[in-house]
Amino acid sequence: MKHLLSAADLDREAATLVLDTAAQMDAALAGREVKKLPTLRGRTVVNLFYEDSTRTRISFELAAKRLSADVITFSAKGSSVSKGESLKDTALTLEAMGADAVVVRHSMSGAPHRLAQWVRGSVVNAGDGTHEHPTQALLDAFTMRARLGRLEGLRVTIVGDVLHSRVARSNVLLLSTLGAEVTVVAPPTLLPVGVDAWPVEVSFDLDQSLPKADVVMMLRVQRERMSASYFPSPREYSRRYGLDATRMAMLAEHAIVMHPGPMNRGMEIAAEVADSVRSTIVEQVSNGLSVRMAVLYLLLGGAEVAA
Amino acid sequence: MTPGWLLRGVRLYGEAPVDLLIKDGVIAEVGSGLRAHGADVFDVGGLVALPGLVDLHTHLREPGREDAETVTSGSRAAALGGFTAVHAMANTDPVADTAGVVEQVWRLGRETGLVDVAPVGAVTVGLGGSQLAELGAMADSAARVRMFSDDGHCVSDPALMRRALEYVKAFGGVIAQHAEEHRLTEGAQMNEGVHSARLGLTGWPAAAEEAIIARDVLLAEHVGSRLHVCHVSTAGSVELLRWAKGRGVDVTAEVTPHHLLLTDELAATYDPVYKVNPPLRTACDVEALRAGLADGTIDAVATDHAPHAVEDKECEWGAARPGMLGLQQALSIVQLTMVDTGRLDWRGVADRMSARPARIGGTVRDGHGGDLVAGAPANLLLLDPAVTSVVDPAELASRSRNTPYAGRELPGRVVATFLRGVPTVLDGKAQA
Repeated sequence: MKHLLSAADLDREAATLVLDTAAQMDAALAGREVKKLPTLRGRTVVNLFYEDSTRTRISFELAAKRLSADVITFSAKGSSVSKGESLKDTALTLEAMGADAVVVRHSMSGAPHRLAQWVRGSVVNAGDGTHEHPTQALLDAFTMRARLGRLEGLRVTIVGDVLHSRVARSNVLLLSTLGAEVTVVAPPTLLPVGVDAWPVEVSFDLDQSLPKADVVMMLRVQRERMSASYFPSPREYSRRYGLDATRMAMLAEHAIVMHPGPMNRGMEIAAEVADSVRSTIVEQVSNGLSVRMAVLYLLLGGAEVAA
Repeated sequence: MTPGWLLRGVRLYGEAPVDLLIKDGVIAEVGSGLRAHGADVFDVGGLVALPGLVDLHTHLREPGREDAETVTSGSRAAALGGFTAVHAMANTDPVADTAGVVEQVWRLGRETGLVDVAPVGAVTVGLGGSQLAELGAMADSAARVRMFSDDGHCVSDPALMRRALEYVKAFGGVIAQHAEEHRLTEGAQMNEGVHSARLGLTGWPAAAEEAIIARDVLLAEHVGSRLHVCHVSTAGSVELLRWAKGRGVDVTAEVTPHHLLLTDELAATYDPVYKVNPPLRTACDVEALRAGLADGTIDAVATDHAPHAVEDKECEWGAARPGMLGLQQALSIVQLTMVDTGRLDWRGVADRMSARPARIGGTVRDGHGGDLVAGAPANLLLLDPAVTSVVDPAELASRSRNTPYAGRELPGRVVATFLRGVPTVLDGKAQA
């Protein structure tokens, strides 16, 4: 694999390899005083962030550093990017500087695909517009597997703004590749026309799908969607599609609650749910680090992990 | 005056070979064993002759974006594509919303002399959609504008659209509508459907086009005016047009070559060379458009030739400008999708690419769209339908390179084009 642009780039074998490698990364670092592996020494990883995303940027930065790569972060503010340089010119600049991998976050769907046509190094999609966020899906799958022991046959309910969610798109693709059964739940306004072609069940009724779910993944819903009439008010949204304590009580005992962050507490998720023992939200963040190490390692073909 | 041309063994509309003598700008004689009378003899054995093509929808970009196209470069592309007349859209900078601008474009066309350039006037001032431009002044100008369009923008305001339809009746004009209900296409990037759902690109629903067409045919019927619908792209639009024509509404419509061939799954490349407005649709839409063109529900093929500078296409899909080149490959695409599939014969192609567009846009007065008969103005092209070639963007006459057909093998080659008896293309090469 040269690039990671979409969760669809991974077949079952490749996806499983990433998850297994992430677990090895964890094991290799566990108990070390110096949390660093020498595998990508001398390699250069560029983080190209056209969109603010502290969480993802830091996660990728740290992942590359733990593999001993040289890391440069270009953010839209304070670089040539904000002066109107085109994506292609930026790509050629990075190319000239010898970037081995470019991790790109962009507000426009497909920007990483374009970049991949212009640079020789590997391109990792760190979230593009309303398209995909494949490393988020990998870390979510890693978290599910760690908590519940398997992915095959797992019933995962994804709830919220599916229409605008890159997290949902990547999760649907990856989870179906890995044999999970996915249900998406949203008001009809927040489901894309054409969702019927996805390998998922579609429901408008959260209460109905909760009792059978092994995993409930809540998506961030921006309050501003209200002004475009996607729903009448945040209050109505949270009543019909928010996960509160009453709804959480409908879940099976083993079921977990996930959220890619950042959360709108009180909107799609109640504080008592976010902070409950079912919640994996903090684990997702730390798993993100291991998964991103695995992705960079596999793309850049570093030396053996188990040193 | 040139000595004229004797075309030996030419197949008019692909029919039995005859000789055709061009003299003094007209077709002097058609028959077998004609004598040259001093004319240059051109033994064209087997080539198909068609009336010069007329494009109702071309963006020549001049004035304002001469880096993307000029009247001269666009005329060259048109002649190479077999066109003898093109309608230049009004969305230039400044907008063609005054007699001055349309006369400038018209004059530039005459100076180049490769095709007749018929400027389209804007319906509203600055394409702003709020105030009628001086349509009468443009009609009375040297450019004699008869077709008016805010193309790129829809005339959204129904009351304004009604008045425009009514007003141009005074001078036999027609409003060419870019049908797009803009509230349904805010931020839209591609056809709304299975592919947009997967690609995370905001959808442009078919209903946004169809809603405007439905409204406009009702308005045209009510006020008894003539309406032309630009670049029809959906199966539903074809159905509405069929219904309207059945009711006797005076409506005509065009389809682009790219909507006859390409589909929205090409967006999966995220290469904005496939970004266009209206967007590429589904295979079902393509089928309905071909059927509509074959049965005459759609009157014309119009290119919507839309050159764009490299930087406006070598970027993110969302940042790219919509539009694609069309003039040089239009006839090849029509051959591929309509002739080679048996849906139209060459007479049918002449009707949809020459006769009807000449009537719709008014270039009949300049001798376009006529039959290939003795006495008619010698506006014609010679086509070799048997050869195929691979499209190389670097070889195109346009200043821009945004062809969606790069690397495709397409049938048919325009060998020669004559404008009023003067060759504008000979042996596949533009003569100016």
